[in-house]
Formats: sequence, structure tokens, C-alpha cells
Amino acid sequence: MLKSTIMNENRNIAVHCKGLTKTYGTGSTMVHALNGINLEVRTGEMMMLVGPSGSGKTTLISIIAGVLDRDGGECVVFGHDFMQMKSYEKTRYRGKHIGFVFQMFNLLPTLTAAENVAVPLLINGVKRKEAFDRAREILGRVGLGDLTCSLPDQLSGGQQQRVAIARAMLHNPKLIVCDEPTSALDHETGHKVMELLREMVVGVDRAFIVVTHDERIFEFADRIAKMDDGHITSVESMR
Amino acid sequence: MNFIALKMLMGNRAKYLGIIFGLAFASLLITQQSSIFVGLMTRTYSFLTDTSLPDIWVVDKKVQYIDDLKPLKETESLRVRSVEGVAWAVPLYKGLLKARLPNGNFQSCNVIGLDDETLIGGPPGMIEGKLSDLRQSDAVIVDSVSIKGRLARVLPDGRRVPLEIGDTMELNDHRAVVVGICRVQRPFQSQPVVYTTFSRATIFAPRERKLMSFVLVKAKPGQNLQKLCRRIETRTGLAAYTAEKFKNLTVRYYMKYTGIPINFGITVVLGFIVGIAIAGQTFYNFTLDNIRYFGTLKAMGATDLLLLRMILLQAALVGSIGYGLGVGAASALGSLSGKTELSFRMPWQLLLISAVAVMIICAASAAISIRKVVRLEPAIVFKS
Repeated sequence: MLKSTIMNENRNIAVHCKGLTKTYGTGSTMVHALNGINLEVRTGEMMMLVGPSGSGKTTLISIIAGVLDRDGGECVVFGHDFMQMKSYEKTRYRGKHIGFVFQMFNLLPTLTAAENVAVPLLINGVKRKEAFDRAREILGRVGLGDLTCSLPDQLSGGQQQRVAIARAMLHNPKLIVCDEPTSALDHETGHKVMELLREMVVGVDRAFIVVTHDERIFEFADRIAKMDDGHITSVESMR
Repeated sequence: MNFIALKMLMGNRAKYLGIIFGLAFASLLITQQSSIFVGLMTRTYSFLTDTSLPDIWVVDKKVQYIDDLKPLKETESLRVRSVEGVAWAVPLYKGLLKARLPNGNFQSCNVIGLDDETLIGGPPGMIEGKLSDLRQSDAVIVDSVSIKGRLARVLPDGRRVPLEIGDTMELNDHRAVVVGICRVQRPFQSQPVVYTTFSRATIFAPRERKLMSFVLVKAKPGQNLQKLCRRIETRTGLAAYTAEKFKNLTVRYYMKYTGIPINFGITVVLGFIVGIAIAGQTFYNFTLDNIRYFGTLKAMGATDLLLLRMILLQAALVGSIGYGLGVGAASALGSLSGKTELSFRMPWQLLLISAVAVMIICAASAAISIRKVVRLEPAIVFKS
């Protein structure tokens, strides 16, 4: 019984970080961005990383998402250690299993909403027609069904973030990382975006990490890890 | 992803057009200047091209190019005729003689004296009159451009009246009557070309001991021209060249002893450098403008190979359009200048060279951008 519970718990762990370290620069300019981070993120939960600027939140999700290499410690994402992978394997893994939502949305300005959303599928080699059909469908689900042909600069900040969420979701990734998803939005729009994220993203097979220092959205988290000076100072359960 | 690459490129209209303009300008400059250079070089042997009937040209051994005239004794044509494999050999006179114009001015003319009996070596085409009209007294045939230009009569009010059949002119103080108007290729120095018979040319020309410039030779059917040239050289002690070899000799002389290739070369190289500077820099700026989006694509799983393909596609597209516009503009300029003094010749080899130059510019521009994108850390996407 005890063994089965432990196995189930292990199966539920999406991200496992232990003693994670990262430094930038050398000599007198050396900055210790992460000083031995221990963190577990489970599937089906929304984990928020909060803390002041420079506390290491962005560095931590960059390493978890496989866009930055760590200096020391362990970081395993759904059983995969990025340090053991070749560069192209890591890139392919990100393309298939990780979705990104950025603070400034990072929508390609010359592509329409549907084209932007279709990008992850196109990268993964899905045919253009199928990719656009699926993109239009998911845009309908995030309430932008009639704006599929709009360019990013024709959309409001909230609409752009919805497009970004649709893009992050389209290829059904196992892990979604969001960097300050509401900081460029007003309170009401930010609230709606978080409601949408909770509704669409959080699922039993998926882990969800949000970096933020917007206290107004803490209520959406399942757990909150507070960071300061490259350490996790506390992990608080909100449910 | 090709579609995404093209939309990224074309979406930034100013930069897209800037890159195309840079490449089109480079392509235009390279193609147009090279075409003028080739045209000019072609003019250096225009007389050889016009005189297409003979297989072999026999000249003095010291002759370095077509206009480097070192007269031969007229009896040399008889010696050449005696060489085995020669079907016929005729004398030809070529010299610069002064024509006195009705207004008192002088104009140097390229006077060609054709074999009296056969008239071999005549112009490639007659516009008015017949070549055989040269058998009339004091007869000359003048090229069609000069009759309206350098040999035209200038009226007191400044109007130019073209020379016509029946008009007379003075060639080195001798009367000459225009009996025909011919079409020739423009010579290198653009002087009027005047055809007459060999015997009359020797009357027009200042008295010299030797007056024959060339012996024109036709080989018997089935002869190896190189071997025949060697036989003629051995038997006569003169130099014998096939028309092609004489053309090469002439072009080589101009390439070696005139500043023409350097002058045109500098312009062509400048076109290349301008192309790299404008197109390369604009393309790089385009990449820098999009670096966040390339980073985003990289974070979302686009491999370096995929991004490389996207950049190469973008470079290939602007390269093709720029090249097409540049070559098109060069062709249009060439076509418009067809009736002017400008020499312009655009063989397919030149189009190929221009295409390769544009490809190099695009490859260099793309390489700088590719280096930037390949080295890009995808973590840039989390920087605000």
C-alpha cells in the first residue's frame, strides 16, 4: 500500500529539481542566480514562482523549460534530464512537450492570429492546412473565433495574450511555462487571462508553472514557491 | 515553415524593399558595366566580325592586334596562295585616312580596300546600292551611322544633312563618290568605315613602299585550320591566325595595354561591394529586428537547421527578385541605348556571372544572419 502510494506520487511528479545552481559572469562580476534550488512540480497543478526581481524566477523556468543550461544540481522534466540530451534533441523535446506564454506575448507581428497559433504545429511538421484548421478551432475556444485573421497589432493586450495561450496549448504539451502572463495587462484583463489559463491549461497530465510577482493572481495557484536571492524560501499550498 | 519565413520577410515592407533595392542595384551595376565592357571589347575586333568570309588572316609577325597595321608586300598574297590547302588568298588594305568634309573639317576614316576582282572582305550588309558598284569610278561605300553623323554635311543653320548616294567627298585630297551605304558593327574608335577597292585604296593612301595590310585566306574544304596556319607561317615567314585567334589576340592586347579592364573592373567591384553593404546590412538588420521572434521559434522547438533553411529561403527570394530586377533594368538600358554610340553586349555568360555575384552577396548576407541566429540563446525569450 505504502509502496503503491510512493509510486503514484513519483508518477505525478512532472518537474524535479535538486540542488540546482546557476551563475552568470565570472570573477568580480559573477552573479549566483540560483543557489541550490530544490523544487517539485506535480502534474495537474498550477505552481507559481514568486519573488522580487533578480530572485532567480526567470532563470529557474528557463532551466526547467530547457532553454538554458544549469551549472550544477539536478533537473528532471517528465523523466528527462536536458543535460543528457544533445542540443537538437532538447529543441525537439521543447517543440513537442513544452508550451510557452511570454510576458510580451512574442507573437510574430507579420503573422495573423491563426498563423501565430499554428507555429508550434508547423515546427513539428504538421501540414499547413491541418495546422491552421486546428489553430482556428482553438482560437474559437479562447473566444477569438472571429479574429483569426487579425494581426497582433490589431488586437488588444488581452486578446494577444489569449492568442499566446492558444499557441502554447495547441500541440497539447505536457508542461506549460508562463513568464509574467499578466504584467502587461490591466487587472480585469489579467484576471480573465488567468481564469482562461486555469480552465484550459490545468489538467491531470499536465504541469503548469507561472512566474509572476503580481499578487492579484496568487489566488489562481495551487501552490506558490517564494524565491529570494536564488533560493526557494517557502512553498505554500493554496488549496 | 517556408510560409512563415516568407511572411516574416515580406511583412517588414521597408526592409524587404531595401534588401531588394540593394541587390537590384548591385545586379544592375555588375551586369550593365560588364555588358558595356564586353561590348567595348567586341568593338575592338568588329572588323573581324564584319569580315566573316576568310578562315585565316595573314599578317606581319609583329602585328599585335587588328588595328596594329604593319604593311606587307603585295607579292605576299601570291606566296600564300601557293601554300597547300589554300583555296584562295586575296589582299586587303586597311588604313586610317583623312576625309575632308564640306565645311572644311577633317575626319579620320577607316578605309578598307577590297580585292579588285573578287571584292572579298566587303561589308556584312548593304542598305543602299550594291557592293559591285565599287567598280564605278572613284566609288566608295560608307557605313550607315557615319552618313548621318561624322560624315554628314552641316548646314550654316547647324542642321545635319546625311550623305547620300551620288554625293562626293575628299579622301586624302582624292575625289570619292558615294555609291552605296552599308551596315557595319561600330568600330572601337567609332570612326566612319569607308569601303573601296584595293587599287583605289592605294591611290587614296599616302604613297608607301608596302600597302597591303592583310592577306585573307579561305581554306580548302576539310583542312585543319591550325595546321594550315602553321604551314603558311613556315612557308611565308608571316603570322597566320584563324579569325577566332585574331579576335583573342586583339582582346588580350586591349586587356593588357589599356586601362579599360581596370576601369570597368573597379565599377563592377564597387557594384559588388555596394550590394554587400546595402543588402548585407539591411538583411542583418532585418534579422536583428526579428531576433526575439527567432528566439521564440527556437524556444518553441525550431532547430538551427530549420531556422537556417528559413533564412536561406528569405535570402534566395530577395536574391532572385533583386537579380531579376537588376538584369531586367540592365537589359532595358541596353535596349534603349541600341541606337546610340554606347557599346552594350550581354551574352548569357554575363548573366550567369551576375547571378553568381548576387548569390555570393546573398550567401554572405545570410551567413552573417545565420551566425547570429545559430548562436542565439533561446533563453532570450524570457528577457523583457
